[in-house]
Amino acid sequence: MNWINAIIQGLFLGGLYALFACGLSLMFGVMRIINLAHGDLAVIGAFGVWVVATQAHLSPFIALVPVLPVMLVVGYLLHRTVLARSLRSGPLTPLLTTFGLSIVIQNALLQIFSPDVHSLGSLTGSISTSSWRLTSQLSLPYLGVLTLAVAVLLLGALQLILQRTGFGREMRATAQDPETAALVGVPASSVYARATAIAVATAALAGAFLAIHSTFDPSSGPTQLIFAFEAVVIGGFGSLWGTLLGGIVLGVAQTIGATIDPQYSILAGHLVFLVILASPRGRFIATRSASA
Amino acid sequence: MTSLGGSPASTQWIVQRSSLASRIGSGTLILTGLALFVVPQIFDTNVVQQLTSLLIFLILAAMWNALAGYAGLVSVGQQAFIGFGAYGTIFITQQGVQPYLAMILAAVASAALAAVLSLLVLRLRGGQFAVGTWVVAEAIALLVALDQGLGGGTGISLRGLNVYPREVRTAFTYWLTLGFAVLLLVLLFLLLRNRTGVALQAIRDDEEAAASLGVRVGRLKFVLFVLAGFGCGAAGALTLANTLFIQPQSIFGVQWSAYLIFMVLVGGLGTFEGPIIGAILFFVVQYEFADLGAWYLIGLGLVAVAFALFLPRGLWSLINDRLHIRLLPVGYHLIQLSKKAVR
Repeated sequence: MNWINAIIQGLFLGGLYALFACGLSLMFGVMRIINLAHGDLAVIGAFGVWVVATQAHLSPFIALVPVLPVMLVVGYLLHRTVLARSLRSGPLTPLLTTFGLSIVIQNALLQIFSPDVHSLGSLTGSISTSSWRLTSQLSLPYLGVLTLAVAVLLLGALQLILQRTGFGREMRATAQDPETAALVGVPASSVYARATAIAVATAALAGAFLAIHSTFDPSSGPTQLIFAFEAVVIGGFGSLWGTLLGGIVLGVAQTIGATIDPQYSILAGHLVFLVILASPRGRFIATRSASA
Repeated sequence: MTSLGGSPASTQWIVQRSSLASRIGSGTLILTGLALFVVPQIFDTNVVQQLTSLLIFLILAAMWNALAGYAGLVSVGQQAFIGFGAYGTIFITQQGVQPYLAMILAAVASAALAAVLSLLVLRLRGGQFAVGTWVVAEAIALLVALDQGLGGGTGISLRGLNVYPREVRTAFTYWLTLGFAVLLLVLLFLLLRNRTGVALQAIRDDEEAAASLGVRVGRLKFVLFVLAGFGCGAAGALTLANTLFIQPQSIFGVQWSAYLIFMVLVGGLGTFEGPIIGAILFFVVQYEFADLGAWYLIGLGLVAVAFALFLPRGLWSLINDRLHIRLLPVGYHLIQLSKKAVR
């Protein structure tokens, strides 16, 4: 029963990781860059929700309403100011600038909010503690179900945008060939800026859910970036539903590891990632991304 | 390099590898290297210890530059090898080996670890490689923290060195650091000076184009990754010898990567001289501003971003572009025989 419980908990944790991963996956899919500040942007979102929720005495879910549009603007500006310029100077520059940005964000948050650990869990009321009891030992926490549902909805919405809307078509065209897309009137920089805006807003949403689930502090970002990246690699680059699957595999690996011994939780996730990388499939991770 | 478009076909060209500047430059570097060996005889222990940490930065910067500047591999996980070198030294001394010998063995073990890990991480490219190396570093840090014999998460000190008087210990650590620095710089110089140097710079400029011309991209990346594993492992072992105490969180910390990126970006990515300038500059910056805590790191990050965006080839490019100087003869200059020299 312990194991089944671990798998169920891992499933919900996977929903959280998928939330983190979808922005990373989107930016990689469209721009071929990995934003090393992704986790730190999520932590900014978490702090934003925390500030609004505590100052205005709102539920964190309502506090998300003003924070998400702000993060859209932050993402848009991030691209217009830093990323656009980085992309022009070669494939390595975005890595260097986003890593530098990650250091700046972490330490700026440290300076503003102190290294104290915060949580939004207590502000959400009963939802973060209640659960449906299935049997005496098995229960489904409301929050886990909600996180997974939000992840599925978000990934579904992104999939719909990519497949069905004009903007989605522009994103796919730019991802395949920015020059040709520009020839037919789709300027890459505008598509990139909007994709970054969406990615940063989803990161903030993920950050808020992390903060409700557990705790966060100014240095929480890198760990979340690593988990998001592992989810994307396990699920396979370039597939949004694969990202959900990757997040769930990672989450289940961590909870099963934690069932054996709490110290093995994160290590188990890393090992699954390395095994996937070592497997015959690992050989195609880079080539798949290089082809487009 | 200038295009040959306008010149008549009959013009004679020769390839010149060294110039007066590079002869003076390499002479100065060699003399400085030799002069540095007598430092423990002249200066007191604190100066020697500070110089040791400067040389460790120099080793790290040169290694990170070899990866990012020549092989196009931006690693955020070199702390894996720094930590492995340090903990490797602890482990080997626990088996009864003399500490200084253990450091050399730990550096070799780091190279072996890099050779094994290259099978995994060199499958990744660009940003995937960056985060992939980071995951590896985190995984190794967690494994080390699990081992109670290595002090677990609380840290451990290097015991075998206490038997030497402090002056002797710092002097020996310094000489070993200098030895590693000279060895690694000479190895890099030889790599860059030979055919591999041209191939490496071709990879840096355009990996696919280089591969299409027959450059064995995979093999060269492997060589540099293993060399960087060796160098970073040595740097980790030497850091341990310099401080005598390590903790998994700090020796495997990602702040190493921040320092490395700062040094190489500010000095000059993809140049031989850049990391040397960057390491000296970072040493001074750290000495002056490290007390400022978070503001210091914000400043480091902002400067690194600014350099990446506005001066991607670093401070050395300012000197090089104006004066066309190379301190070491690793480049090629075309000289027109009949008319004035053309670069």
